[in-house]
Amino acid sequence: MKILIKNGRLVDPQNNLDAIMDILIAEGKIAQVARSIQADTQNIIDATDKIVMPGLVDMHVHLREPGREDKETVASATQAALKGGVTSVLAMPNTNPAIDGAGQVRLLREIIRKSSLANVFIAAAITKGRLGQELTDLAALKKEGIAAISDDGTSVDNQDLMLGALKNAKQQNLLVICHCEDKSLSANGVVNLGFTSTRLGLRGISKESEYTRVARDIQLAKNAQAPIHIAHVSCQESLDLIAQAKKQGLKVTAETAPHYFSLSEEAVLGYDTNMKVNPPLRSRQDMLSLKQALKDGVIDVIASDHAPHTENEKAIEFERAEFGAVGLETELAVAITELIDKGFLDWPGLVRKMCLNPARILGINKGALTVGADADLIVVSPDEEWTVKKEELWSKSKNSPFIGKKLRGVVEYTFLGGEAVYKR
Amino acid sequence: MVWNKKDLLGLEDLTKEEIGLILATAESFKEISTREIKKVPALRGKTVVNLFYEPSTRTRVSFEVAAKRLSADVINIATETSSVKKGETLIDTGMNIQALKADIIVVRHNASGAAAMLARQVDISVVNAGDGWHEHPTQALLDIFTLKEKLGKIEGLNVAIVGDIAHSRVARSNIWGLTKLGAKVTVCAPKMLIPTAIEEMGVSVTQDIDEALKNADAVNVLRMQFERDADAAFPEQLDYFKNFGITEERLKKAKKEIIVMHPGPINRGIEISSEVADGTNSVILEQVTNGIAVRMAVLFLVAQTQEKKDDPLDSA
Repeated sequence: MKILIKNGRLVDPQNNLDAIMDILIAEGKIAQVARSIQADTQNIIDATDKIVMPGLVDMHVHLREPGREDKETVASATQAALKGGVTSVLAMPNTNPAIDGAGQVRLLREIIRKSSLANVFIAAAITKGRLGQELTDLAALKKEGIAAISDDGTSVDNQDLMLGALKNAKQQNLLVICHCEDKSLSANGVVNLGFTSTRLGLRGISKESEYTRVARDIQLAKNAQAPIHIAHVSCQESLDLIAQAKKQGLKVTAETAPHYFSLSEEAVLGYDTNMKVNPPLRSRQDMLSLKQALKDGVIDVIASDHAPHTENEKAIEFERAEFGAVGLETELAVAITELIDKGFLDWPGLVRKMCLNPARILGINKGALTVGADADLIVVSPDEEWTVKKEELWSKSKNSPFIGKKLRGVVEYTFLGGEAVYKR
Repeated sequence: MVWNKKDLLGLEDLTKEEIGLILATAESFKEISTREIKKVPALRGKTVVNLFYEPSTRTRVSFEVAAKRLSADVINIATETSSVKKGETLIDTGMNIQALKADIIVVRHNASGAAAMLARQVDISVVNAGDGWHEHPTQALLDIFTLKEKLGKIEGLNVAIVGDIAHSRVARSNIWGLTKLGAKVTVCAPKMLIPTAIEEMGVSVTQDIDEALKNADAVNVLRMQFERDADAAFPEQLDYFKNFGITEERLKKAKKEIIVMHPGPINRGIEISSEVADGTNSVILEQVTNGIAVRMAVLFLVAQTQEKKDDPLDSA
C-alpha cells in the first residue's frame, strides 16, 4: 500500500532534514523523500502546516503486563502510545514475574506478539527478581534479543554486584539503565525534601538520595568501561555529575521525564497524588535546570516513565498512594508546550530527544525517516491547543499529572510499518 | 466579613480577617460555658461526627462538648472498633457518614492531607482535628485566643515554640496563625527536629533555648512525641530535658510574666517540669477551657455555610 504525505514540514535530524517535503510510504518502508513527489496512489494526506516526524521512541515505559493487567496491558498501553505519537517503547522489567530470565522474556514476547499495537522492545532485570542479590544471566538474555537491562524501580545497592553487572553488560554489549536512588537516604519519603515537604508535613526525599547514586554508578561504569544510561534525572546536582562525566569522555547518557521539566514541587501542594512520583518533583530551579540541560545536551532523551496505577492505589492518603504518573499520551505535547514554545528546543532538537537519540542509545533502527527504513512516523498539528481530560485518556489508568492542563500539539496520524494505525 | 468556607482544614489558607472572625466568634461563645445551663440552640438538629483515627482525650472531648453546648447531636467513631479495621478507606468512610446525613465531620488522621482529601470528596463540612504532621488549626486558634486574652494583642508579640517542630502539626498551624497576625515567631529544637527550610515560613530558628526564651512574651512547649513514628535520629529523653526542658531555672532567664503554653498532654519531666506546668506562668488549663469556645465558633461558622447551601432562595 502506498501512502503519500504532502507538504508537511519534515523534521529528520538523522538526515539533516528540516524542510517542507513530500514523503512516500510503500510496502511498510519509507520509499521516497523529496520536494515534490508524484505517486500512483489515492492515499494522499495533505500535511500543510503540519509537522511530519519519526514516531517517538519512548525508552522508559511500564507496561504492567504480565501481572498487573488491572493497571495496564500491553494492548492498552500500546494503543495509548499510538495516540501520543509513540511507535516504539522499551518495556521495563518490573512486572510480575520480573523479566529476569529467558523464559520470562519469551513469555512477554508472546504477549507482545499477540496483543501489541506498537513496537515493544524489552529490558530485562539486572538482578534476579530485581532483589539486588544475584545477577541475571546476561548471555542467555542477550540471546533472547533484549535491548537493555535495568532494575528500574530500585537501584542495585551492592557495589560489587553492580560492578559485576556492568562488566557483564559490557561483555554482552548491553546497555545498563540506572535507576539512581539510595533507599537508605530516601527511606519512606514521599515528596522532595524542602519547603514543600515542611509545609505539607510529609517526609521528604533528599536530592542526595539521587545524586550520590548517580555519582556511584558513573564511577562504577568508568571502572567497567561500560556505557550507562541514567534514568529519570530530576535535579541539578545529578546534571552536574552527568555533564562532568560527558566532559571526561565517559559513555554516560541520560534521560528525564516530561513532569520533571514542566512541574516543580509546588504542584504537590493540595496533596494531589497524581503529582506523587519517584524521584519526586523538585524545586523550580531544578525544573529550569532540566530545561536548560535539554537545550545544552546534558540530557539526551525525553522518556515518559509511564507508570500506570489504579484509582484505588492513587485515591488514598498521600503517603500511602503509589508513586508514578502515566505519560504516553501527553509527552509530545508537554515537550512542545514547555520546550519548543519556551525556546529551549527547536523541532530538530525535540526529534533528537524523543526519537533519534533513544533509538541510537538502544542500538535500534528507529527514530529517523531514512529511505528504506520502517515507516514509523507521525503527523502533528503543532499549534493546536487542547486540555487534558481524564475521561479522554486511553491508558487503562488515568493517573496523569497534566489533567486539566492546557497543552499544545496534537497527533493527527500515526503510521507504524507504513500502516495508518492511528487517525485522530 | 462573612465566613464562606465549608471546611476548616488549616490556618495556611486563612486570611488574617478570617482568623479574626473565628476569634471574635469564640469570644462571644466563651460566656456560654459559664452559665448554669451551658447550652444554646445554634446547632440544634445538626449532627456532628467525630472521626478519630488517632487516640485523643482533649481534642475529641473538646469537640464533643463544644458541639453539645451548641445543641448538636454528636456521634463518636473510634476507628479501632469500626469498619476501618476491615480495610474501609477514608473516602468510603466519609461517603457513608455523609449518607447518614451528618452535617459536619471532625476528622483526626495520621496521614498529612487526609482532611483535605476527605473535604474534596464530601459535600458536608470537614473540620481538621489534626492530620499527620500537617495542621491542627483549632489548637493553634485556641492558643492564639489564649494569648490574645492574656496579652491583649498578637501583633508584635515574641512567641517561642519549643519541641519537635519537624513532626508537629501544632507548630505548623501556630506558625501560620501567629505570623499572619503579626507576631514574631522563633522555633527552638535540636537540629534534627527542625524541618528543612522552615525559615521560609517567616520564623527565626535557634538551638539555644535561653536565646529563644530571652525576649519571649510567650512560649509554646510541644510534647516530645515518642509514640509518633520514630525517625532514626531522635534525642534521648534526659538529654532533651537537660537542654530544652522548660524549668523554673530556665524561666529565671526569661521575662517574669512570660506565658507558658502547652497543647497537652504534658510529659512531666521531659519537655516541661511539673513546677512550671502547675505554676503561675502556665495557662495550660485555660487553653483547654478556651478550646471549647474556639471549637464552638468553628462548628458554628462552618455549619452556616451548609445552611446557605440549603436555602432555596439563594439559588433563585
